[in-house]
Amino acid sequence: MQGFILAIAGMFVFFLGYRFYSKFVAERIYRLDPDYVTPAHKYKDGVDFVPTNKFVLWGHHFTSVAGAAPIVGPAIAIYWGWGPAFVWVVLGTVFAAGVHDFGALVLSVRNKGQSVGTLANKIIGQRAKILFLFIILILVLMVNAVFAWVIANLFILFPSAVLSVFIQIPLAIWIGYLVYRKSKNMLLPSIAALATMYIAAIIASRVPALQIDLPRYFGGEENIVAFGLNGVAMAFFVWIVILMIYVYIASTLPVWKLLQPRDYINSHQLILGLVILYLGLFFMGSREMTAPMYNADATTPWFPLLFITIACGAISGFHGLVASGTSSKQLNKETDARFVGYLGAVGEGLLALLTIIAVGTFFATQGDFLSSYSSFGAAGDIGLGTFIQGAGQLAGGIFIPPDIATTIVAVIVVSFAATSLDTAVRLMRYIISELGAEYKVQKLTKKHVATTVAVGSSAALALLPQGPQGFGSGGYLLWPLFGTSNQLLAGITLLLVTLWLKRQGRNYLVTFIPMVFVLSMTLWAMGRQVIFDWSGLGGAEMNLLLFLLGSIIFVFACWICLEAYKAMRRDGQQPPRDQDASM
Amino acid sequence: MDFKKIIEMYDAVLRQGHRTEIARELRDEDDLFFILCYSDMLGIPNPAFYYTLELYPHMLERFHEWHLRMGMDKSPINGFRCC
Repeated sequence: MQGFILAIAGMFVFFLGYRFYSKFVAERIYRLDPDYVTPAHKYKDGVDFVPTNKFVLWGHHFTSVAGAAPIVGPAIAIYWGWGPAFVWVVLGTVFAAGVHDFGALVLSVRNKGQSVGTLANKIIGQRAKILFLFIILILVLMVNAVFAWVIANLFILFPSAVLSVFIQIPLAIWIGYLVYRKSKNMLLPSIAALATMYIAAIIASRVPALQIDLPRYFGGEENIVAFGLNGVAMAFFVWIVILMIYVYIASTLPVWKLLQPRDYINSHQLILGLVILYLGLFFMGSREMTAPMYNADATTPWFPLLFITIACGAISGFHGLVASGTSSKQLNKETDARFVGYLGAVGEGLLALLTIIAVGTFFATQGDFLSSYSSFGAAGDIGLGTFIQGAGQLAGGIFIPPDIATTIVAVIVVSFAATSLDTAVRLMRYIISELGAEYKVQKLTKKHVATTVAVGSSAALALLPQGPQGFGSGGYLLWPLFGTSNQLLAGITLLLVTLWLKRQGRNYLVTFIPMVFVLSMTLWAMGRQVIFDWSGLGGAEMNLLLFLLGSIIFVFACWICLEAYKAMRRDGQQPPRDQDASM
Repeated sequence: MDFKKIIEMYDAVLRQGHRTEIARELRDEDDLFFILCYSDMLGIPNPAFYYTLELYPHMLERFHEWHLRMGMDKSPINGFRCC
């Protein structure tokens, strides 16, 4: 199978999904009304509620939801062959993520632009709000630990990318200063900053002296540096500590100083990266998928783990937060929701599809693939690195030398992961403060105390799990937990949309079926891992940390299923409300 | 669509999230300024009331929005009957 044929096949299904299925959902199920006065008009305040052009809003929605997660998941899941990953990404996007993101947007628009958390409180009750906060807390904790590890790993694998990533910080501060203190336009300085970063990447990939290679400085794997840690483990430790200090500072600074200018530069990178790689794919033409369609030798079964390995890119609860938190307050017309919500999910699906193709075409032969992706654990370790090298090869289609392209793709992926990291730390700080206020622990409501707790727990989680290669290789063990908490969030949003549709007396199967599917797969996968992989009962050694975290998430999942069942039953006893009534 | 419009659209997409944040920070600063100006009426001594008094007519239009945002459903000041 040729890579570009797979891309065309995926795009064709996405097109059909948007053209027909989303149209059906918009007209028959959500029944969008072009005359409905959206919150953006009703509560217009120039800050949160601002009517926005649908193309601009889609672009913003897409750049907010797309990050490193839709790359990491498929790069690991291709372990079972490209077939299962491809089918789940394509069908998941069309039937689950599309209606989920679209539904969250419509539900919020019909409820004064309120967020999913507030709606859960209103529809299910106070318990649901606390549950919701805890799930988000776990989700962001996973994001912090996994992405800190991912970045450290990429710095070690691609030392030529380090310089560009660090140059971005002063450049972003400089842009923030120009824009918000000197009222300059952001477009030109940010393009100049991007050019500077890429020039640095090009020079660094050719000049070894500019490659910041910590394992080499520490004397490599054979050399024990301190505390029994070898050079590589020490490099992990140092990078994770540096990253944690960075996110502490970044997440306590005012957003305009660093976070926003950096996001702006990263949005260029996202768009540029997607364009270059898809162009490369189509111009290169004949690149065979060397990964097998189905890996019959996989020792870890794909069912049901596939569904929590690929969360972003197939269905992700995080999108519901963005859709109901910001996009719903800026929707100009209710009918725009289909374009913004559904196509936002499709955009992320395209990123996941690209990842499958980049990894699937990277290896020279199927034997190479199978020896590299020898186990699920190995897939976790090498997935992202393989994507970067594969993407470097794809960029060769438009005549960019592979070593330079690889460095630039590494810079792009690290930038995404870094954005996810400091946004998640900031979010975690807010949630800790909110929980502190809820349970009357005054100290936790303070900015620096909350940030210290957030950063400390994330660092501990990134450093504690022991992976197969010793210290510092445990980061990806947490990946299934990240996928699970993300899917649980999606389950809650789908439940809310289903209840809303039920109350309106409409056919709620379009959201009910994905909800049942996502929640049951999550429960199944988590239960299986907790009992057979982490508890010590199934032959594998006990892993206390993962067992505890997994059990907590498992209990949350059961809790949500129970709440869903109760809410559906309670609701069944009420007569349906009229068409335009809000919740 | 010409090139200039495409660039404008692209810029608008990238700026969208930032515009909200900046508008919010600006509004927070304005809110603080309001509190400083009205502090006397809220029972907090204001050494500069003689000067801030002159600003009231300019601030009246936004007073209603402000007290709603501050969590007060009705105007906290007897003299101002905005709602």
